[in-house]
Amino acid sequence: MTPLYKSIIRDGLWKNNPALVQLLGLCPLLAVSNTVINGLGLGLATILTLVASNGIISLCRHHIPDEARLPVFVLIIASIVTAIELSMSAWFHELYLILGIFIPLIVTNCAITGRAEAFAARNPVGPAIVDGFMMGIGFTAVLVLLGAMREILGQGTLFSEAHLMFGEIARHFTIIVIDDYRGFLIALLPPGAFIGLGLIVALKNVLDARQVTHNVSATTTLAEKHSSQVPN
Amino acid sequence: MNTLQHHVISIGLILAAFAIGSSSLVVVTEKATRQKIIDNERQTLLKAINILVPKKYYNNDILADTIEIPPEQQLATSKPSTVYRARLDGNPIAVVFTSIAPDGYSGKIKLLIGVYNNGDLAGVRVIQHKETPGLGDKIEPRKSDWINKFSGLSLNEPISTQWQVKKDGGYFDQFTGATITPRAVIRAIKNALLYFKAHQDTLFHQQFEKAP
Repeated sequence: MTPLYKSIIRDGLWKNNPALVQLLGLCPLLAVSNTVINGLGLGLATILTLVASNGIISLCRHHIPDEARLPVFVLIIASIVTAIELSMSAWFHELYLILGIFIPLIVTNCAITGRAEAFAARNPVGPAIVDGFMMGIGFTAVLVLLGAMREILGQGTLFSEAHLMFGEIARHFTIIVIDDYRGFLIALLPPGAFIGLGLIVALKNVLDARQVTHNVSATTTLAEKHSSQVPN
Repeated sequence: MNTLQHHVISIGLILAAFAIGSSSLVVVTEKATRQKIIDNERQTLLKAINILVPKKYYNNDILADTIEIPPEQQLATSKPSTVYRARLDGNPIAVVFTSIAPDGYSGKIKLLIGVYNNGDLAGVRVIQHKETPGLGDKIEPRKSDWINKFSGLSLNEPISTQWQVKKDGGYFDQFTGATITPRAVIRAIKNALLYFKAHQDTLFHQQFEKAP
């Protein structure tokens, strides 16, 4: 694996995560992350859109005039989202009934325009597609994590209504985490999404800061060792 | 100046090319999915109707045996709506139609109501609402059993003045922390029953027709 792909993967999943670092696409993120399944559904649709839009835009990047690039991006993204919406309505109708109103929101997800502008328009197709995929995975991971937090806190379950996505077999996937739970409303309402996302961002910052101090102390000890060896 | 004009025109043409390209993508997808989407929507509707009026009670094609009714104040509909008619060997069994509770806590609550020929409620389902999660959304059958308790009731049972929440001296339970939502739903169901009573004959016997 080349260093380029490695850094694309690290950027998408962690270092430049669209939801935690770029803080892009908050509108769908906060609206749909009330259960794991909802988050997963929107995440998958976003991955699909990101891969397709990054790929197509990268393919056409030599033909897109710089002055008109934003309208072209919007055209491409909007038509891809419409195509995905229609396909979902045709093949995942039940899920579509739930996520339906949020799918058009993907058009307004700046993470997608952002990746088109920052990456796809400047890079060959291969890396662009991988970037779209990894950014999508990073976004989905946050959606699912936030969905899980809100679902456990809000209604004491996990994977409720999984059958909407995986068919009748999945009807029993629901895990009741807390028995006879009375529900905690704020976790399910939009404020809960903001608080939850804030906590996840904070956690990531703590982990990053710890990593930095760890590295710094490692280098200083090395340097000390080194200096002590120098006869003076 | 001439080169600038040239430049602008070429950008315009490129934009147009992208517009044509992306619209074709949408057109192709729409063509490929249209039939499947129509089928899905019919299935969803049929499933909703069959929850109210079980399939064993009728044998006509209920999705085809419909009439359009104009906007109706009693149902609080602002657009023409469809009435689905269930028949057994041609005899009227039940109708299923939409009614709106205009005074929910956060706006309109859209209901699908089934009424048997004798005026008994076959059942009620909430199709669309924006009530508060955890409080007003107990009108959804997956959150609480409340909405199922209407099946079998009619304008005589309970009597007309009892079509209220207990808090207002009526027959029906309200929810803890939410009275406005059940109040609105109960009123809408009662109005729908009154509408059915007044229009029963036309609803069943009006010839099949579709509004243009």
